[in-house]
Amino acid sequence: MIFQPPALALLLALSLNALLMAVAGVFAVRLLRHWNPALASERQIALERQSYLVSSLAGLSLLVSLPALALFVYTAERMAPFFTGAMCAVGSLNANAWGWPALIGLLIYFFIATAWLSLHHLDRLGWDYPLIRAKYRLLLLLAPGAVVVASLGWLYFLNLHPEVITSCCGSLFGAQSESVAAEVASLPAAQSMAVFVVTLAVTLLVGGVHLVTGRLGRLYGLLSMVSLLVSLSAIVAFISLYIYEHPNHHCPFCLLQTEHGYAGWLLYPPLFLAAASGMGVALSTASAGKDSLKTLGPMQARRLAWVSVLGFGVFGLLVAGYILRSNLVLIGA
Amino acid sequence: MRAWIERQRCLIDFSVANLGRRKARNLGLLGAYILLVFLLASVVLYGDALRREARLLLADAPDIVVQRLSAGRHDLIAADRLDALRALRGVRRADGRLWGYHYDPTLAANTTLQVPLVNPPGPGETVLGATLARARGLNPGDTLALRGDDGAIRAFRITGLLSSASELVSADLMLVNEADYRAFFGIPAGFYTDLALTVGNPAEAGKIAEKILTRQPGSRVILKDEMRRTYDAVFNWRQGLLLTFLGTVLAAFALLAWDKASGLSAEERREIGILKAIGWETGDVMRMKFWEGALLSTCAFLAGYVLAYLHVFHGGGALFEPILKGWSVLYPKFTLTPQIDLMQLASLFFLSVLPYTAATLAPVWRAATLDPDEVMRE
Repeated sequence: MIFQPPALALLLALSLNALLMAVAGVFAVRLLRHWNPALASERQIALERQSYLVSSLAGLSLLVSLPALALFVYTAERMAPFFTGAMCAVGSLNANAWGWPALIGLLIYFFIATAWLSLHHLDRLGWDYPLIRAKYRLLLLLAPGAVVVASLGWLYFLNLHPEVITSCCGSLFGAQSESVAAEVASLPAAQSMAVFVVTLAVTLLVGGVHLVTGRLGRLYGLLSMVSLLVSLSAIVAFISLYIYEHPNHHCPFCLLQTEHGYAGWLLYPPLFLAAASGMGVALSTASAGKDSLKTLGPMQARRLAWVSVLGFGVFGLLVAGYILRSNLVLIGA
Repeated sequence: MRAWIERQRCLIDFSVANLGRRKARNLGLLGAYILLVFLLASVVLYGDALRREARLLLADAPDIVVQRLSAGRHDLIAADRLDALRALRGVRRADGRLWGYHYDPTLAANTTLQVPLVNPPGPGETVLGATLARARGLNPGDTLALRGDDGAIRAFRITGLLSSASELVSADLMLVNEADYRAFFGIPAGFYTDLALTVGNPAEAGKIAEKILTRQPGSRVILKDEMRRTYDAVFNWRQGLLLTFLGTVLAAFALLAWDKASGLSAEERREIGILKAIGWETGDVMRMKFWEGALLSTCAFLAGYVLAYLHVFHGGGALFEPILKGWSVLYPKFTLTPQIDLMQLASLFFLSVLPYTAATLAPVWRAATLDPDEVMRE
């Protein structure tokens, strides 16, 4: 079932990504072994020159990771009619053992990639390659990660067989299921809503404090990740119910469909952007310890904090809008 | 931020001037790039539009079709099965359908004779599909004579033509009434070609199909959902196969882009050397080259996509029509509804711009790291 344009495009992108990152990974090992800016040796100059190429290779491949994630979910969604029992992307992902690992791999890869891009940007701001070792150490994690993600993508698409009877989102998020997803879906709406509102409010408050005073950057980074997890749980526990106007439909993937006004395509990008930039805030704040980033690090943190706070704000407003517009009464009925 | 934008603007200005200085070389590359995007986009746009068309048409298809199999071949089905099917819980309506193929030696093609469930034509009358009428040069009021299964010639007066809006399914269609149909093919009363069921809740179609197979073994049950899936799979497969073949074109283009980006002329090398001597850093040269690539890619992507759009939706997709649509003597003429979505664009972007960018990165870097001293001494 790989013979369809989005799947072919995705596999091409993932394979190119793996190839570029493998090259970057080999270079990272060499750089970590021989890098010494105090020396003006030929090898050091060559390493400095090559680092431009490798940074560009890695930057390109990592910039591809976000559209690749979206394209993967879209392809899974589009393939649902081919499988008996599938209603949305969940059914397609359940169609073999590689669907969920591929999606989770792409998600993790996306966040590590954005962390690398933040480090890379900060490193370029400083005049003495302040974060070059940290950056290339992280690349040692990303390079095999890219190969694993590409392999998972190939394994998933090559092992898709239309005769497979798969299970739909109803069974994954249903009360009879024992999965983590079902546990999250069964959380009481009122409590989930309270946790969601408090977490988002605290995150925005800490973000505000950071914007005004430049402090609590690390805490904000941590809270961004917590907010991401809480928001994803909230989508399953109650936000989806309001959007579908159905008390038992918890699927976070059906939100991407036309009949629900592409709500998912509106909700997920600001949330992911906010969490990724929040992580960047923590990294930028932490980098202020380096001499050449004393002033530039906090400036970068502030810029990213704006993006992150804005992202969480937009996400919160969208959720509020969907809940207010919905005809479903979940609390106080 | 403003300084950054200003810097990029200056780099873009410089890149545009740079591209203009080497017109012949860049136009050649642009031409190849446009052709690549055009080919890929044509396949994607055409395949997606066909799939959409098929889905719209199947919306009116019966929920379940029941056929009788005899020794594994499709055979006529007895009308008395209809009552048993109507009695199944969830079945709202069951009708016998009469349709069949007739080989027309004049056209050397098959025509489909069908009895419509509502408003059948009168005795000795017929309504023709637009393509069939065009191919035979017939108009309403004319007479069409065909030789039946018993060898006798039967004449049908044409009372009307089917609208061209339905041409995708009605191209070779000839509607007649039940008595004429049975006489033409020699099918006795009490038998149908197959049976069409409408169910109250489409979600129950699978369960009803199971019941039919248990109670009427030897039947073939076809669900609307299955038909849709099959059409989707066929179009996907054809589209994907074509794209895979175009992969060779893509590889050739990536090689071309690599070669063009690697082959720096002496003038270009001197230019980069001078830029670095007056204070440009490696990163600046790379950014300038990046903008050159981005401008070229944007132009090629837009031009290629627009050309593909015109080719598919205004030119009938002439290049890929036989491969993607399939082929037949009586070929329907129909206009596809334009449809563009973001993911389609993302797929095309991944298939064209990404390989180009990846192929040019290393040569760009090599150019950007040229030693000014060495270059200016050459």
